[in-house]
Amino acid sequence: MGSHKITSRTPGVFYHRPSPDADPYVTQGASVAEGDTVGLVEVMKTFHEVKADAAGTVSAFLVENEDEVTIGQDLVELET
Amino acid sequence: MTLSSVLIANRGEIALRVVRACRELGIRAVAIYSDADAEAAHVRMADDAVHLGKSSASKSYLNADAVLAAARSSGVDAVHPGYGFLSERPAFAAAVEEAGLVFVGPPSSVIATMGDKAAARALARSADVPVVPGSDEVASVDDAVAAAEEVGYPVLVKASAGGGGRGIRPASSADELREVVVEAQREAASAFGSDAVYLERALQGPKHVEVQVLADTHGNVVHCFERECSLQRRRQKILEEAPAPGLSAALREALCDAAVRLSREVGYVGAGTVEFLVEGSEYYFIEMNTRIQVEHPITEWVTGLDLVAEQLRIAGGAELSVGQDDIACRGASIEFRVNAEDPDADFMPSPGEVTGLELPGGPGVRVDTALMAGDVVPPFYDSLVAKLSVWAPTRAEALARGRRALAEYRVDGLPTTIGLHRRLLDDQAVVDGTYDITTLESWLAERSP
Repeated sequence: MGSHKITSRTPGVFYHRPSPDADPYVTQGASVAEGDTVGLVEVMKTFHEVKADAAGTVSAFLVENEDEVTIGQDLVELET
Repeated sequence: MTLSSVLIANRGEIALRVVRACRELGIRAVAIYSDADAEAAHVRMADDAVHLGKSSASKSYLNADAVLAAARSSGVDAVHPGYGFLSERPAFAAAVEEAGLVFVGPPSSVIATMGDKAAARALARSADVPVVPGSDEVASVDDAVAAAEEVGYPVLVKASAGGGGRGIRPASSADELREVVVEAQREAASAFGSDAVYLERALQGPKHVEVQVLADTHGNVVHCFERECSLQRRRQKILEEAPAPGLSAALREALCDAAVRLSREVGYVGAGTVEFLVEGSEYYFIEMNTRIQVEHPITEWVTGLDLVAEQLRIAGGAELSVGQDDIACRGASIEFRVNAEDPDADFMPSPGEVTGLELPGGPGVRVDTALMAGDVVPPFYDSLVAKLSVWAPTRAEALARGRRALAEYRVDGLPTTIGLHRRLLDDQAVVDGTYDITTLESWLAERSP
């Protein structure tokens, strides 16, 4: 068992869910495949999906919903 | 009454534009700012500034309660909304009115009417202003298919509460329409809080021409001629010019008269823009923007008016400083929007630090920007960072001046749309002024790898 961190490819605001009233993309304990969407980053009024770049189980969200993030910041931790 | 102090409920270049107009009129300018903008030019140059909150737009410039609290605590007598953010939200304008302050713009009821596409179309019809053939709101997929038979394919499905080009989907057959209506209703519900949609005939390569109007509280309404804004990507304008090249005198007069009629019909107050699609000798009203427009400098160049100063005078209860006969359109002006986007990477936003900056200057050149060397372009707001506009006695000279100014313009540290503009000015359709709303996207598609 190892761990892997999914990082942000752009600065902006991180969202756990596709829209304010929707369910989160993933929750702690969920298993994700490579390429699954785990969040959304808003940059300059455009939205970019954050994709898992490895398969695993979500062990932690490292950023709260609607928090500001920088480029390269760790967003989601996976147990691989 | 004349205004003595104004809260500027915006950021970036437009906030700075309003600060400058206030200072020239002797009005105290109060800025607002988020964490990311603590050192920003619009804050530094204002007389006073109120901190709103965290950087994200929803926690700062879009937080109506925080903006209203700033207005109350700073003792201003008016609020200027700029463009974007809260500028076209009727509830915000109404809250400003209820707080006993002057909203620099039309009454909240007018914003509400013009912000409702169906209501605006109905109003246009009653003012004898042509609208694109279309339907009323459609309640179901079957209703939409029936309505499309009347309107004629291809159609656009539009959200009644949409705006800024968002919430619009094309369909060229009944089968496609059945799918698109469902998607459009769902998207409209989540983006705009209402799933109401209607249909409009999709025109084939029209031009986007808009008319600037000014109206005071004494019943005076004038137009300030037109702007040609067809060069758009994903319905976002990138380059605008005035006057519209190739527009006949008869059509110009018809458009300007229609804009004034519509403004009178709705009881407009302030600066506003009536947008039309023009195809051949036909023109159709599409929407009215009830605020100052990004591209207002080109109208200021060709008319000599100061549109932001007019807004502030009107809000203070003064009559317009000019009558219709005093307003002439002289020479030609072009605006180039400088966005922090990478045209070579599908216009990916490019926030970051500006490590070096050289602005163009010389005769007939104006730069509206709040971006200074060493500033960081934050990722939280619109990508527009500057507007370069030029004026010259003729359109050919304005094009030459634009090329010259763009060659002087240097931004280091992040990609912008400056290079795109340089290439666009070599395009024959741009040089000839024959481009339409499909031109830029085809041009980009031909050049994409």
